Parts: sequence; C-alpha cells; structure tokens
Amino acid sequence: MTSENTTRNTATVYVPRDAAARSVGADEVAQQLELAPIEGGFGVDVVRNGSRGLLWLEPLVEVVTPEGRIGYGPVTPEDVPGLLAAGMLDGADHPLRLGPVDQLPWLARQNRVTFARVGVTDPLSPEDYEAHGGLQGLRAALEMEPADVVTEVTDSGLRGRGGAGFPAGIKWKTVLDCADELKFICCNADEGDSGTFADRMVMEGDPFLLIEGMTIAAHAVGAREGYLYIRSEYPDAIATMNTAIDIARGRGWLGAGILGSSLDFDLHIRVGAGAYICGEETSMLESLEGKRGMVRAKPPIPAIEGLFGRPTVVNNVLTLTTVPVVLADGAKAYQDLGVGRSRGTQVFQLAGNIKRGGIVETAFGITLRELIEDYGGGTLSGRPARAVQVGGPLGAYLPEARFDLPMDYEALAEAGAMLGHGGVVVFDDTVDMAAQARFAMEFCAEESCGKCTPCRVGSVRGVEVIDRIVAGEQQDENLALLEDLCELMTDGSLCAMGGLTPMPVRSALAHFADDFVGRGDRRLLEIHPVQRGNTRTEGQA
Amino acid sequence: MTEGGSIMTTSGTDVSVESVVRRAAAAHRGERGALLPVLHAVQAELGCVPQEAIPVLADEFNLSRADIHGVVTFYHDFRREPAGRSTVRICRAEACQALGADRLLSHVRESGLTLGETSTDGGVTVEQVFCLGNCALGPSVEANGRLHGRVTPARLGAILNGTV
Ligand SMILES: Cc1cc2nc3c(=O)[nH]c(=O)nc-3n(C[C@H](O)[C@H](O)[C@H](O)COP(=O)(O)O)c2cc1C
Ligand code: SF4
Ligand code: FES
Repeated sequence: MTSENTTRNTATVYVPRDAAARSVGADEVAQQLELAPIEGGFGVDVVRNGSRGLLWLEPLVEVVTPEGRIGYGPVTPEDVPGLLAAGMLDGADHPLRLGPVDQLPWLARQNRVTFARVGVTDPLSPEDYEAHGGLQGLRAALEMEPADVVTEVTDSGLRGRGGAGFPAGIKWKTVLDCADELKFICCNADEGDSGTFADRMVMEGDPFLLIEGMTIAAHAVGAREGYLYIRSEYPDAIATMNTAIDIARGRGWLGAGILGSSLDFDLHIRVGAGAYICGEETSMLESLEGKRGMVRAKPPIPAIEGLFGRPTVVNNVLTLTTVPVVLADGAKAYQDLGVGRSRGTQVFQLAGNIKRGGIVETAFGITLRELIEDYGGGTLSGRPARAVQVGGPLGAYLPEARFDLPMDYEALAEAGAMLGHGGVVVFDDTVDMAAQARFAMEFCAEESCGKCTPCRVGSVRGVEVIDRIVAGEQQDENLALLEDLCELMTDGSLCAMGGLTPMPVRSALAHFADDFVGRGDRRLLEIHPVQRGNTRTEGQA
Repeated sequence: MTEGGSIMTTSGTDVSVESVVRRAAAAHRGERGALLPVLHAVQAELGCVPQEAIPVLADEFNLSRADIHGVVTFYHDFRREPAGRSTVRICRAEACQALGADRLLSHVRESGLTLGETSTDGGVTVEQVFCLGNCALGPSVEANGRLHGRVTPARLGAILNGTV
C-alpha cells in the first residue's frame, strides 16, 4: 500500500468461496476486504477461488505480490482492518502471515494431480481454466479414436475412486463395445461418506475439470448425454456446477460439435434427496430414473444395462476429474506414480479430531501415521489419537498399532480395512468404541434401502445386541450373537451397505473389546435413533 | 401412513397445490425421469410435498399414487408437512462425532427441543443429517441453507435463537 509501489493500482486478493471456508466466515472476510477504505489509491480486486485444502487455515486469504501469492490465515472479519493497516496488500508482516502459499510445507510435499488447480484459479473463469492447462486432455482425446482413449485410461492404471477401486478403462471398454445408439455417462457425486469432501471441493473449486472429464468419457464410449448426481447436502457445489455448465455451453465446451469436433455431448445436473444408499451406483440410477433408490441386483452391470436400461458409465467425481490429466500427460506419467496395483495419486481427506485437517493428494503408499502425524499434526484436542476410521462409515476402525500400514487398496484389504473414498477420520482417547460400533449399525438401519433382510433387520438387531452387551447382559452369548449377525450381514446382503457394516463393528470389537465389556464413556448410547416416520419399508406395499 | 382412498376434491388449497404441481411438472417436461426434480420444485414452493400433491403427480407421471407415495417417503428430504420458520440440521456422522457432535445434541435436548420435530411455537425444526462435507471443520451445522463450522454449544444456541 506504500506510495513507492507504482507498478499497480489494484491489489488482487483471493478469498475462497469453498463451502468449508464459508462455514468459518470467508464471505464476511471477502465483504470486509471489498468495503475496506484503501489508502494510497489502491482498489482491491477480490477473487473467490476454491480452497487449497488447508482447511484449518480457512479463511485463507492470499495476496498477489511480486514475490508470489502470500497467505494469511485463518482470517476473521475482525482481523481485516489490522491486516490492511499492517500492509497486507503488499504482503507485509503480520502474526497471521503464512508466507508464499505454494511453499507451505503441507502443500509443497504433496503431489497434486487431480487437485492441481483447486484453490489456484477462479473456478468459474474459463480463461483461468485454459491458462492453467484446462482442456488439454479433451483436445488430446478428440484427436484420438475412442478405443485409443479407452486404452490410454486402461494403461494409466486408474481405478475408480468412489470406493470399489474397479479399473476405469475396463468399465469404459464394456460400454464402448455395446452397440446401442443411446449411452450415458453418469457421475456419482453423492459423496455420502463421513470424513469425505474431496468431490465437493473439486466441484466447487474446479468445475470445468469435471465437465472436461465427463466429456472425454463421452467421446471414449460414444455417449451423447451425461448426468451429474449431486447430493442435496451440497448446495454450493450444485450452484457452481450449474453456472459452470452454462458457461461451458456458451463456449462450445458442451453441446453440439464440441471444440469444433464432431462430438455432441450435453450434461444435466440431478439433485439427490437425502439418502445415503443413492451413492451405490444402481440405487443412484434408480433415483435418476425418478424412482425410490432401491439397489438393483447385478448382473446386469450398469455398463451393459444402466440408466433407462442403456449402457452407462458410472464413475465417481475423482475418477472423472483425473481423466483429463491422464490424457494430457499420457498414461505413463500417471502410471509411474504409486505402488503395486494402486497407481497414480490418491486424494486423502483428513477429518475428525485432527489439528490440520484437509486435502492431502499424494502417491499411494503413504502410511496412516504420516498422514495423521506429519500432515495432520495429531489430534485437535491434543490428546492421544486412539482410533482412526478409514474409508467412510462402512470402513474399519484401526488402532494406533496399525498406523504404519501403507495406504493402498491391497495392503488395506489384507488388514481387514478398505480405502473407500479416501476419508481418514481421527478420534482421540475419549472415544467410546462400543458407541461407534452401535452407531455403525444404527446408521445402516436408518439408511438401508430395505430390499434385503440381513441388512434391513440385521442392523436393527445389531443395535439391540450391542446395547445388551454394553449393559452387561449375558455378554458372552450376546458377543457370539453379534458375531453371527455380522457374518450373516456380510454373506447375505445384496450390496455393500449391509455387507460392509460389519467392518466397523468387527474392527471395533477386534481392537477395542474393552469398550464393549466395561470401559469407556457411555454418553453416545443415550442418543437413541430418531424416528423420522419415513422408513424405507413403508412404500413397499 | 396410509394413503387416502378417495380422489381429492378440489377445495381452495387443493387448487393451489394442484397448480403448483402442474406448473412444476410442465417446467420439467421432456426431461428423462423427472420425478425427483419435480418433487424438489414442489417442496421449494410449498415447503413440503403435501398429500394433495400425490394424485396430481400420479396423473402427471402416469404412475399409481402408491408409486409416487413410495418415492416421496423413501427420501429424507421430502417432508409431508412444512417445517418451522427455520430449519437447523446437526451433523451426526462420525467425523463430527469425533469433534463433539454429541454435545450439540445434548444442548438441543436441554433447550427442550427434539430432533426430528418442530418446536411448539413453530419457530424451529431441528434435524439430524449425516455429513455436510465439512468434516475437517466440525462439528457442522446447517441452518436455513447456511453451513456453520466448528460449532460450539453456545454458538448452536445462538443459531437456534436466530441471532447468528
Ligand atoms: C452403500 C454404498 C454407498 C456408496 N456411495 C458412493 C458415493 O457416495 N460416491 C461414489 O462415487 N461411490 C459410492 N459407492 C460406490 C458406487 O457404487 C460405485 O462403485 C462407484 O460410483 C463407481 O465409480 P468409480 O468406479 O469411479 O469408483 C457406494 C457404494 C455403496 C455400496
Ligand atoms: S444390503 Fe441393505 S442397502 Fe443393500 S440392497 Fe440390501 S437392504 Fe438395500
Ligand atoms: S461428518 Fe459432519 S460434516 Fe462430515
């Protein structure tokens, strides 16, 4: 702000528009900056970027200076006058100053591929998008035959990021090989797992990337229509994607003859209505068709008979947003990252009781301990971390003794755990693991689609049995009963909702048995399931 | 929750419900499988999907009333009756539990409110939700469409009173 600075008369300041940043005051900070009286004739140009994913520093304000983008955070609205007075617009010193954001160790150590642009650009600026490498993947794909695009994706080793880890290229090949005239691309943006928010952040922070990824998929398999199924809990992502789709249509990035090619592809947003099971792909398809989200039996697989009975690619947001990079840089570059059969990078989401929560995108193979301790800085409460749930509400709880496990699909499976959507939820030593196991059953009871008995009834029985164990009633018999129930749910459920609910329960029992038979704090057990009056069995008559 | 057996008569409110539903259906005509978008539109306008809407939807979509009823009741978002003047949803999923979501639930109980219900004065409806995608900055609460992070019981009190 000093008069010596004659090279500019507008300071560019970035304040995230990401929902997490907004949840802790980013809008108010942006408003303060826009309204602030600026000395020295400077105007402030506030750009609402995505979040860099250093969520404990939100709102993270960045100022463009000749030395790069200098960060300040976390900034409250009350901090703004003092920051301006201290010379923030020139990148001056202040207790909240973090230095050049690119060089923050947390960020510098990551390998951002899918998240490369998130937080860097203005999410709704198509100019920014292209200036930062956007559309390179699509342009490359449009020069290629569809089958070659599929081969490229197969060779990259990219596996589905939604949970099951199925190779994306193989799924695409199945759809490509179907002769139907009408095929669909469906993006699964239901992201119902607790501890996961990467889909949301990429939709809010780099929406054109998802459009580009879905368009490449359309070219690769011969689809002309796409659906993006976003959960209703994500209003910001819905709004951003809607605007981005309009802009993309206006630029010829969607619609007829995309980028001057012969490809026609258009994209529609569908909003979910509060049902976890609609993240399961066949349930999502039912929901897209306007029905109850009842899981379909497989086969037929959606790749052959999917949406409205047509061949359909169903992929997660992160899978589709990784495709443009694979096409832009080539399969080899992506394949070179990772370990074993887990190729490329994984977007880990650090959440729960953690000091530094947020997005860590790094090659597969990093250990839980590195994530929790090096990146996360331990618990927020400062107490010892006792348990970590990896892979969402259907994932295992792991004790401290397991923190050296490398994070890849196979190593986790061997340890009786799963990577899921990459969520890592940390609990400190005040956690009551019997209560967590009970919650897993309660959640399944609440969110089951109701189609099969082991899941619909088993989960209700599971809650009751755990209550009896905790109450000290015939503990041995009831523990045996719980084990039986888990086995029945695992073997007898139609989908992974009922099939995997035993995973958090059994892992809690295996590693934290004490909590079931007389330790820990019983607070959570007082919270009984809420009757909503819209239970799933009702509409079945 | 059984469905009324008789065809709805067109009382004053029914006419407006019917017109809202017909308009919503018309706005989404030509879209594939448009029932969910239409239900969202009806709820956005009426605050709920009332019973009177069911036969009209059945007519528009050429489905049985049981089919429509089945869809409406399957999804947590769709209400049969309007919520209170403000709606507060508290995240009860694991990451927020790890950050003390149970303390927020205790606060709700101590305030004389019940999860899933509207306060007697119709002022506020408090509900549970499983994950708002703000899991690193929990406990998370959404109030009237606005997301709040790192919510303490005191802050929840202010949200419930409408002062935040
Ligand atoms: C109960 C349940 C919930 C699921 N939730 C999601 C979800 O929220 N998002 C998602 O992408 N996949 C979810 N999946 C996985 C999908 O069924 C499917 O495997 C995935 O969308 C395929 O995309 P991908 O191959 O790109 O991962 C869920 C699966 C189950 C069984
Ligand atoms: S396991 Fe549960 S959610 Fe899955 S199909 Fe069966 S009842 Fe539905
Ligand atoms: S678990 Fe509460 S916001 Fe995700």
